[in-house]
Amino acid sequence: MVPLNWYIILSAVMFSIGMFGFLSRRNLVIMFICLELMLNAVNVSLVAFSHYLQSINGQILVFFVITVAAAEAAIGLAIIIAYYKNNPTIKVDEINILKG
Amino acid sequence: MTLQQIYFGYFATMMTIISLLVVSRKNPVHSVLWMLVLFVHMAGLYLFLNAEFLAAVQIIVYAGAIMVLFLFVIMLLNLRKEEKEFRLQKQWPVSAVTAVLFLVVLVSILGKITVLPELGEYSIDMINAQGSLMTIGNVLYTKYLLPFEIASVLLLVAIVGAVVLAKKRIE
Amino acid sequence: MDLPITITLMDIRAIVPELTLICVGLIIMLLDLVVKKKDLVALAGIAGTVLALFGTYKLYGVTDTQFVFSNMFVLDGYANFFKVIFYINLILTICISIKYMEIEKSSFGEYYALLLFATSGMMIMASAADLIVLYLGLELMALSTYILTGLMRKQPRSNEAAIKYFFLGAFSSAFLLYGISLTYGMTGTTNIKEIAFAISTLGIADNPIMYLGLIFMIVAFSFKVALAPFHMWAPDVYEGAPTSITAFMSVGPKAAGFAVMGRILMGAFGDMQAQWVTVLIPLAVLTMATGSIIALSQTNIKRMLAYSSIAHAGYILLGIIAGTPEGLTASVNYLMIYTFMNIGAFAIVIMLRSKGFQGENLDDYKGLAKSHPVAAALMLIFMFSLAGIPPTAGFIGKFYVFMELIGSGYTPLAIIAIIFSAISAFFYLRIVVYMYMKDAEQEIVLTQSPTMNIALAVTSVMVLVLGIFPSFLLYFVRYSIMGY
Repeated sequence: MVPLNWYIILSAVMFSIGMFGFLSRRNLVIMFICLELMLNAVNVSLVAFSHYLQSINGQILVFFVITVAAAEAAIGLAIIIAYYKNNPTIKVDEINILKG
Repeated sequence: MTLQQIYFGYFATMMTIISLLVVSRKNPVHSVLWMLVLFVHMAGLYLFLNAEFLAAVQIIVYAGAIMVLFLFVIMLLNLRKEEKEFRLQKQWPVSAVTAVLFLVVLVSILGKITVLPELGEYSIDMINAQGSLMTIGNVLYTKYLLPFEIASVLLLVAIVGAVVLAKKRIE
Repeated sequence: MDLPITITLMDIRAIVPELTLICVGLIIMLLDLVVKKKDLVALAGIAGTVLALFGTYKLYGVTDTQFVFSNMFVLDGYANFFKVIFYINLILTICISIKYMEIEKSSFGEYYALLLFATSGMMIMASAADLIVLYLGLELMALSTYILTGLMRKQPRSNEAAIKYFFLGAFSSAFLLYGISLTYGMTGTTNIKEIAFAISTLGIADNPIMYLGLIFMIVAFSFKVALAPFHMWAPDVYEGAPTSITAFMSVGPKAAGFAVMGRILMGAFGDMQAQWVTVLIPLAVLTMATGSIIALSQTNIKRMLAYSSIAHAGYILLGIIAGTPEGLTASVNYLMIYTFMNIGAFAIVIMLRSKGFQGENLDDYKGLAKSHPVAAALMLIFMFSLAGIPPTAGFIGKFYVFMELIGSGYTPLAIIAIIFSAISAFFYLRIVVYMYMKDAEQEIVLTQSPTMNIALAVTSVMVLVLGIFPSFLLYFVRYSIMGY
């Protein structure tokens, strides 16, 4: 039998890796992929909890998270494209018209 | 070491390595492709956790739809030039230290996690007897009907938003 | 095992206001195809909101708390009061945006539809009795506001604001999910009432994992309501977004964030009050300090109002820290007053925008009193109110929050808040000085429209009336929160 905390630690490791990527990469698209990685890390923990607690809520929440991730991807990528049309760069440290 | 633990060990190691590959590749296309490999492994883990339906959704929706959308956008944006430059922001050591500290805190707290509340009614036998799809469908269309309907509005907003932001003509 | 589908008429009745807004949103998108004049579309939006308001008014008679849709959705005075704030915010925003969006050449029907969808998301958040519903409501609100922020897609400023808002918003919702996941893992449920029950029966109020989940959720909500140190996105996004949307999101998402904060912290984590108060106090002090001090050095009025709204979030948080129903009453009362004064101030900012003239610099306000005395007088009222000077409503709002804070024994915190409030008076009064004591550098043309005048009249009258007769609103808030 695999203990519950193995899954939860796996999820924490994936979440931290995703967070590192989000905070340090320059490319907006890769930052977005890192966000998806963080969401998936949470999904792993939710499915594990759902299995060990013998309750179905966790799986339902994962289902909704996937739905929201799809909607978020559509909008996020549309925003990136809209930005790229005006300024042909997607490097996050060059996005700095607004500051003060 | 039981067979289950070996199985978990394989998946956990692979998922960690692939996650590192996803965040570290210079070419976004490679990142997306590694992400697809990661999703296949996650689906394997979900099967192991008695979530067959989610394993299928993970492959069909996440790998089949969302990641393909990412690929489309990467193809639309011409990123040849960016690949030659340094891939990390200036403050990346700070981010790395933050992430490592975050992980240490998480592991030290979550390492001791155990099952506290009473077990629910959805035991492995019960889900197996009924089928994963049947179980989820039953709950989704009764108890969770309201969130399900909200999700439909959410998807509508996503369609409208994508059209307004990327397509609509402005004189 | 087949679960029976048990939806009664009461279930449907409870979500009539949300349904109305969503249906009107759909109608607006269809109407947009056939109607050339976008004013009509906007008026349809206002009519729909009034209809939804009527629905909420009908449900107001239901004072005792009702749970519908298998305990997913709660109908109580607390939620209903917040819905009234959202309606007022929506109607005023539509009123001030009709002319403005034409000037910005972004007057689409989708703009109004998305405003309605965002508002319905906020209403779902306020009524959520389950973390799953809360998450979906939050995403519905957030996704709509991301789009609205980036709506002027020919303008690099708007694009950039949308990118910043989207990435930080999505990052914060990942933390929210992690918090939900840990709470679910420890309590075995996502229902807010059942979480509170599980915490007390399992005795896990001191459990570090619960603490971690709680902190993650507080971090996520702090992003949404822009509490320091999670406020970095706010000034940039407020500056880059269309001004009408800045007005909309400086009130709506903030109020929705506080609504769920109040419900989750007091409803689900009531037993862990000692823990969350220790997290919130430093956040509140830091927020008031950042908002009041950095605002002093701003030269763009939208940025200045962004920092001002950060500082106000700090004051509103104080009522939640007090941790009593009266404290919550004071916070909600403040939110209602804040809605009027903040949208009023943004309405003046929008009036200064005309064809070919941005009108966002503080210098543009020089000599406004000579050329446009009425607009200057209204701005004076709003600035006095934001600074908390009697006899305006802003003073009453702050006064009650501070009183409740002292009543709960946080006197030092109240003194700190009063000091920062005094500091913040400087930058509000600076605008007044610019308007009344300096000479104009250039001719200012005000963009007027009937709806804009109505919005200005309503906000300024409310700011004055609530300042002089505060007991009416306070009674109304008490009555609403009674059952909570």
